[in-house]
Amino acid sequence: MEDTVVSALADIVVMAAAEAFRGDGEIFASGMGTIPMLGARTARSTFEPDLLVSDGEAFYIGNELPIGGTDKLIEGWIPFRSVFDTLWGGRRHVMMGASQIDRFGNTNIANIGPWQRPKAQLLGVRGGPGNTINHATSFFIPKHATNVFVSKVDMVSGLGYDRAGDLSEWVQRNHRLPRVVTNLAVLDFNSPDHSMRLVSVHPGVSVTEVQAATGFELVVDGDVAETREPTDVELAVIDRLDPRGLRHREVS
Amino acid sequence: MSRDKRTTEDAAIALLSNGMTIGIGGWGSRRKPMSLVRALLRSPLKDLTIVSYGGPDVGLLAAAGKIRRIIYGFVSLDSIPLEPHWRAARQAGTIAEPVEYDEGMLQWALYAGSLRLPFLPTRAGLGSGVTDVNPSLRTVRSPYADGEELLAVPAIRLDAAFVHLNRSDASGNAQFLGPDIYFDDLFLSACEPGHRYLSCEKIVATDALLDEGTFHTLRINRSMVDGVIEAPNGAHFTTCEPDYGRDEAFQKAYVTAAGNADDWRAFNERYLQGTEAQYQAAVAEWKTQS
Repeated sequence: MEDTVVSALADIVVMAAAEAFRGDGEIFASGMGTIPMLGARTARSTFEPDLLVSDGEAFYIGNELPIGGTDKLIEGWIPFRSVFDTLWGGRRHVMMGASQIDRFGNTNIANIGPWQRPKAQLLGVRGGPGNTINHATSFFIPKHATNVFVSKVDMVSGLGYDRAGDLSEWVQRNHRLPRVVTNLAVLDFNSPDHSMRLVSVHPGVSVTEVQAATGFELVVDGDVAETREPTDVELAVIDRLDPRGLRHREVS
Repeated sequence: MSRDKRTTEDAAIALLSNGMTIGIGGWGSRRKPMSLVRALLRSPLKDLTIVSYGGPDVGLLAAAGKIRRIIYGFVSLDSIPLEPHWRAARQAGTIAEPVEYDEGMLQWALYAGSLRLPFLPTRAGLGSGVTDVNPSLRTVRSPYADGEELLAVPAIRLDAAFVHLNRSDASGNAQFLGPDIYFDDLFLSACEPGHRYLSCEKIVATDALLDEGTFHTLRINRSMVDGVIEAPNGAHFTTCEPDYGRDEAFQKAYVTAAGNADDWRAFNERYLQGTEAQYQAAVAEWKTQS
C-alpha cells in the first residue's frame, strides 16, 4: 500500500510541474532536475505540444524522450550561448530548484550563511539573476520545510517580486514567477502585494501542515483546492517519459 | 605555410608570471584544458586571477592555493553538482577575492574584452545578490527614449588563456567536434596576444581539418592562438566529446579523495606530482585496478 501512495505523490507533483508550462506556446520549456524536466516533457506530450524541450546538453529534442534516454530525434541545436540568447530574448520558461525561497520569491542556490565566508558553498548564482529578470521562472522544491521557505534568503540568486519592483518598468513587465511546486503543495504569487499564496495542497496534505512547514505567513484566500491528479492518459505519458521511476526518488 | 606554434604545457606555463589573469575554457566538468591546469599546478606560480565557468580546474587550483581572485558564474562537476575543493576553500575563506557573476554576465564580460569595449550593458544581475556582493559594479542609463537603467558589465582582458579542442593544425586553426564550443573562442579573443594556449586531442594537417567535421566547426583560427599543444586525453577526467566522455568513475574517486586530507595527499602524490605523461600512465594503471 505504501508504494501506491508514494508513486501517486510523484505523479501528482510531475503533473503540477507540467501545469506551470500551460499556455506557454512555442518557447523553450527548460527543466533543471528530473521532476522539472519531466514536467516540461509531460506538458509538451499532452496539452502544450508547441513547447521546445532539450536534452539538457545542447539539443532540442523532437521526439518523446524518456529521462536518461539516448534515442534522440534532434530538431535543433541549443549550445549554452544560444541558451543565453534565448533567455535574454524572453523565449524561455525555466523550472529550477532553490535551496532557500522567501515570501516574495527571492531564491538562493548559491550559498548558505554569509556570502563572504559561507557555512555551505552551493552552486553559485549560476543563471538565476538572468533567468528571473528576463522571463518566467518557476521552482520545484522536493522537501517543503522551514529551512527552505525562509523569511530572508542568504544570497539572492533569483529575483523576487519586491526586488523586481524596485527596477525598471521593463523588468516589472517581464519578471514572472508563475508557480512553486513542492512535495506538499502548489504555490504562486497572485496576491495583491505578490507575496506567496497557497494555490492547492496535494491529496492528504492540510493547509495547516503547509503553513507549519513554511517560515513565513502564506496568503490563503478562501478554500484551498486539492492539487489535481493526472488523468489516465497523462499517467501513461509520465510512465513513458520516466520508465525507471526516477521521479519517485525526488519526492516521498 | 603558416607558422608552426607547437609547444608543450610546461614550456607555456614557464612563460607566465605571478599575479596574471588566466581564463580557462570549457564549462563545469566539460572539455577543460586539464593538462595545462595540471602543469599550472606543478609550477611555482601564485596569486593568480582565474576566470572560468568553473569545474575541477577551479577546484584543483583552489586546493593548491593558486587563486587570489576568481571571476566565476558557478563551480560544478555537472554529474556531481558541488566541487569539493571549491566548497572547502570558500568555507575556509581562503579565496581572497571571489567575484561572483551570473553566467551570462561572464559571457558579456569576455565579449566586451574581445571587442575592446569598456563594458557591455545587460539586465542580468540587476537587483540580485550579484550586485550586493560586487559593490564596484556600476549601472548605465540608456540614452534613448526608454531611459532604462542597465548593469554595465566591465570588460575582462586576460593575460593568458587556456582552451582544449578536439583538433587543431600546428598553427592554431582549431576545431570542436562535440555538441558545444562553450565560450572557448571568447576566452581566446579576450586575451592579449602572447599567451593564448590551445591544447587539442590531435594535431592534424590543415587539409585534414574537414575530414571529421564541417566548416562550421572551425570557430577558432590561428590569429587567436599563440601556442598549440598536442594533449591526447588532455581534458581527462572531464568530457571531450566525441573523442571521449567524462570519466565518471575517476571523477568520483577525485571527489572521494578530496573528502579528507590523507586521501587527498595520496591522490596528489599518485597523480599530480609528475609530468602529464606520468599522469596519463597513473590513470591507465588505476583503470586496470578498478
